[in-house]
Amino acid sequence: MKVTTLTINGELVSASPGATVLEAARENGIRIPTLCALEGLSTVGACRLCLVEVKGSPRLQPACVTAADEGMEVSTDTDRLRRYRSMILELLFAERNHVCPVCVANGHCELQDRARQAGMDHVRLPYQHPDLPVDITHARFGVDHNRCILCTRCIRVCDELEGAHTWDLAGRGTNARVITDLNQPWGDAVSCTSCGKCAEACPTGAIFKQGSTVGEMEHRSDRIRFISAARARKEWSP
Amino acid sequence: MTKKGRILTIDPVTRLEGHAKITLHLDDDGQVADARFHVTEFRGFEKFCEGRPLWEMPGITGRICGICPVSHLLASAKAGDDILAVAIPPAADKLRRLMNLGQIIQSHALSFFHLSAPDLLLGMDSDPAKRNVFGLMAAEPKIARDGIRLRQFGQEVIEALGGKKIHPSWAVPGGVRAPLSEESRERLKARLPEALRIAEEALELFRKISGRFSEEADALGNFPSLFLGLVTRDGGWEHYDGVLRVMDAEGAIIADQVDPREYRTLIAEAVEPWSYLKFPYYRKHGYPDGAYRVGPLARLNLCERMPTPLAEEARREFRRTAGDKPVTSSFFYHYARLVEIIASVETAATLLDDPDLLSSHVRAEAGINRTSGVGVSEAPRGTLFHDYQVDEHGLILKVNLIIATGQNNLAMNRTVLQAARHYIRNRKIPEGFLNRIEAGVRAFDPCLSCSTHAFGQMPLQVVLFGPEGETLDERTRE
Ligand code: SF4
Ligand code: FES
Repeated sequence: MKVTTLTINGELVSASPGATVLEAARENGIRIPTLCALEGLSTVGACRLCLVEVKGSPRLQPACVTAADEGMEVSTDTDRLRRYRSMILELLFAERNHVCPVCVANGHCELQDRARQAGMDHVRLPYQHPDLPVDITHARFGVDHNRCILCTRCIRVCDELEGAHTWDLAGRGTNARVITDLNQPWGDAVSCTSCGKCAEACPTGAIFKQGSTVGEMEHRSDRIRFISAARARKEWSP
Repeated sequence: MTKKGRILTIDPVTRLEGHAKITLHLDDDGQVADARFHVTEFRGFEKFCEGRPLWEMPGITGRICGICPVSHLLASAKAGDDILAVAIPPAADKLRRLMNLGQIIQSHALSFFHLSAPDLLLGMDSDPAKRNVFGLMAAEPKIARDGIRLRQFGQEVIEALGGKKIHPSWAVPGGVRAPLSEESRERLKARLPEALRIAEEALELFRKISGRFSEEADALGNFPSLFLGLVTRDGGWEHYDGVLRVMDAEGAIIADQVDPREYRTLIAEAVEPWSYLKFPYYRKHGYPDGAYRVGPLARLNLCERMPTPLAEEARREFRRTAGDKPVTSSFFYHYARLVEIIASVETAATLLDDPDLLSSHVRAEAGINRTSGVGVSEAPRGTLFHDYQVDEHGLILKVNLIIATGQNNLAMNRTVLQAARHYIRNRKIPEGFLNRIEAGVRAFDPCLSCSTHAFGQMPLQVVLFGPEGETLDERTRE
């Protein structure tokens, strides 16, 4: 297969065959903010933060699930995109209860990082302050729905890499929640192998190691990338 | 409390933002029957903690108030230790003690040098525009500079341990997150002699000038009350652990060796519709007769000795001012604070020589072994209680916090009442009255944001009500 050639922000770039716009951009050192995408996992286009403009298409396209086509003209950093991204971030902050200064992931949170990079200094929308539970019934991990942004990384990593499929999504709209087994307390979820991949993959403080205090939860999402890449190369197969 | 006359319920929300609101209530004879110091802070904080994992509590409660984060951090971590049912590593215990000493030093220095020294040194009726830390800087540059240096030292102790100056989340259930570095220890040790010199000179100065304030010492918060606080098992001064002791105004010890976990046997809490602060009182004596004071004055009355030589000498001299009785004038909170700064600097010096402080074994790991826990320590302003109930996994079900300013609440009200009776004549609020009240309340060093404007006077609103609830007079100042 031959490489794809396209234009990103006015520059002619080439991308590996079958690459998405996000991958094409990254291969060429162009940064597009993402949240739900995690290297090593399938892409779902859930968060819409990676929206880009594609010439000829009136709608914005999520870069993580859009194939890079020959001759495509993509813009990743326009005023319109910046406006949309700020709005998406503000919506995320307003939707649940993200209280950074007391969060276990303070300083190690992708949502916080994206907000900082976008220059977000306040939220223009009314905070919803939903009353959401924290589940710490598992011996080693906990999930705080107040901090979940429904990126589904936990669901994908558990299904695709661990093969346990403990996590799922239940409910719609503002009632949507990640659940363990058939909406059992995590501690009762028999399918869970306690591998901890969900805790490494989670971009926020939603999934954390038990006993974490403020700012102590450092996610190692690079491990997910490592395991996935090693497996693809059949590194450990005879 | 009012015998005659109408009691008005004042919606606390109508108060001026950032102002301490005081209402005075006259009876039919025009005498001040009641005085109330309205506090509208701390609303809903305990509710906010419900449903959170225990582990997050030190970080969360450390943000209850920007004024004494360290105290909440430590009391919360201690409540956590209790729920884990662990004895924390000895090094962690010493490190936490060191941090609390840093907090006492910085907080007492702020109270004395920045907030009260302008009143004490420039005079309570001096030009209000200059009666602040800047005015002090102009009139008494050395003292102002010393105060800043001393406070800095306390803050450096906190920072050397907790990392961040104001909101450290360093103490955790089971211990602390990191020890002291060798380099920080040397830096702190080098600053000890200066800190001690400043503390001693400040005490000397206070002794010299306190005679000028005999009227204030008599009229501002001088009344018999109970005193409550922690002491060591053998009755010595304590700031972090120990057992609870209660003393009456005559100096008789009426409760002793009480395990902090049993604090409910000593303390009950009343609520009043006009204040968000609860009114703790000594259970056996009922409400409001069981009013007690906590904080530096209480601690020095309660303990039989200080742990270090200079502080012990200073304590004896302090107690001599009242003969063989406890010191009852709230004005002497200032005095007690200075004695405690000396004790804290001396104790920190001993601790800094302890090799344990550099140990890397500072955190005990454990799960939830009890479903309730109490953490008690002495904050600069007085005894601080954190009482948590958790489910079997460690989610917070219920939180009760009893803060020092709450416990001094009844005494602050009495102070205002006493001042009002002394100074209010002809149904009018006289000139200079607000300054007196401010000084009276400040002696307690209440941890209210309105009371900690270091660079100006306390924003105050005083309203005088007649027996029918009609407003007779009002004075406000920014
Ligand atoms: S728990 Fe974490 S990983 Fe799972 S959906 Fe929520 S934010 Fe994403
Ligand atoms: S990163 Fe593309 S939609 Fe989330």
